[in-house]
Amino acid sequence: MRLLLVALVALAACGAAAAAGDAERGRALFRTQCSTCHGLDAKGVHDRGPSLEGVGAASADFYLSTGRMPLDQPGRQPIRSDPAFGRGQIDDLVAYIASLGPGPPIPRVDTAEGDVALGQRLFADRCAGCHQIVGRGGVVQDAFAPSLRDATPTQVAEAVRVGPYVMPAFTRAQIDDAQLASLVRYVERTQHPDDRGGWGIFEIGPVPEGMVTWLLAGALLLGVIRLLGERADE
Amino acid sequence: MKSLWRFLVAGVVLLLARRRREPRLERPEFRAGAGAELVVLGLLGVATLGAVAFAIVYFRGADTQWLGAALGVALAALGAASAVASKRLVLQDKEIEPRPELEDPAAQKELVTTVPEGVGGITRRRLLLAGAFGAVGAVTGAIALPALSLGPAAGGQLTRSPWRRGRRLVTEDGEPLPAEEIAIGTFRTAFPQDADREQIAAAVIVVRVPEDELDLPSDRRDWAPNGILAYSKICTHAGCAVSLFRYPSFAAKSPKPALVCPCHYSTFDVARAAKVLFGPAGRPLPQLPLEVDGQGYLVAAGDFSGRVGPAWWGVRRGRPT
Repeated sequence: MRLLLVALVALAACGAAAAAGDAERGRALFRTQCSTCHGLDAKGVHDRGPSLEGVGAASADFYLSTGRMPLDQPGRQPIRSDPAFGRGQIDDLVAYIASLGPGPPIPRVDTAEGDVALGQRLFADRCAGCHQIVGRGGVVQDAFAPSLRDATPTQVAEAVRVGPYVMPAFTRAQIDDAQLASLVRYVERTQHPDDRGGWGIFEIGPVPEGMVTWLLAGALLLGVIRLLGERADE
Repeated sequence: MKSLWRFLVAGVVLLLARRRREPRLERPEFRAGAGAELVVLGLLGVATLGAVAFAIVYFRGADTQWLGAALGVALAALGAASAVASKRLVLQDKEIEPRPELEDPAAQKELVTTVPEGVGGITRRRLLLAGAFGAVGAVTGAIALPALSLGPAAGGQLTRSPWRRGRRLVTEDGEPLPAEEIAIGTFRTAFPQDADREQIAAAVIVVRVPEDELDLPSDRRDWAPNGILAYSKICTHAGCAVSLFRYPSFAAKSPKPALVCPCHYSTFDVARAAKVLFGPAGRPLPQLPLEVDGQGYLVAAGDFSGRVGPAWWGVRRGRPT
């Protein structure tokens, strides 16, 4: 557990260090890799990709570090995959996007300060409608909400502040930084759930758990029937 | 209620005080049922205790886990009691009548002596009946008990609206809501200032979309200052709290802005007066006209465009225009 925390803090530090990239190198990379959809000057291309002015470092780091950008085909919902760029290239691109205009910076989250119980309440209120209380994702009309299983603390915090794809953004007035730390800590908890009984049953909530209960109860009832019943005479 | 109680007491008294109509047949050689009787009586007692425990838990805070455990024990004991009774107390042998006399006199004699043996197996019939009556009555009472939690009747709660022209919108913490705090692509839940939040029409969901994307009916043109809109938070399908806001990062390629109810995914088009885009809802969310007051806070400019709540609350009957 402690090892995990250390790893997570290290990852968070990685995210925070992204601003250290070189904007000029980022611009050159952007022109070759991103400009087909976002335009040479990142002002967007009609019907293909949005302008990136003012989206901020948080947005760029979220989309690039989760492999959601670059997108194979404009118009598709971006999905999580292996990042196309290395950490250094992502830092450069993030620095370039951040230089285009004021936008949300990469949020720093210290999950050690978070409160899991408060995080669960917030998650139930604000996130579980789409992502499910277990963080395994779900559907909204015309889109799907991704699983949070592989998201790092920084990526979760970025998504909350940025509101990727059809997700709404949450400002500090709605979820302040302390609440965000609790929320992220709860998400971490869902990634490594405490499976009472030792069997998570896919960890997707009450439906498979209910099925297993029914099967066990059915077997038990069959046993009772066997005890009560008698073989008919020939 | 009182007469029902009298009937129950009279029934128990009659059952216990009843004279046996015929003398019991003494068959001391058949004792198989004696131990089983005790088991059945014990199980019936456990069922009664479980039902009483249910009532005690119900009146002492009604912790659902303990309620379930108490009722589960009562029902399981009742089931076990009837299972044991049917296996051990009731005659299990088959008898077929009428039958001719057997030719072998010895066999005939044996049959005549063995067949009636099982009939008198129950020695404490009255006690068993009283126990069964008591256990079934107690469990039935326990199951009926939660009916006390019903009500009170909603009365005018479903039809009254606290919204008036000039009433401020406040956050969950009671703070007035500045118009500039509502950023595009975010949503807030708001309540009327100095009014009862428990009223069904109190909660509204406040969202902001770019003004040029708005497509409101002509009589609602000035209901959304700076593109800020307020709708009832109560879904018109089943009365759930509408708590999801779908807002696209790139309008050209993503689904358009919509409010979504998490219960059954009724989807309402925010820019077009909450027209239903998808799902089981039958009519749009009622819209609350907004204004920005002199200090920059959001205030209501009137009451909702329609009555709040799902159709099965009767909102269609008295729907204002």
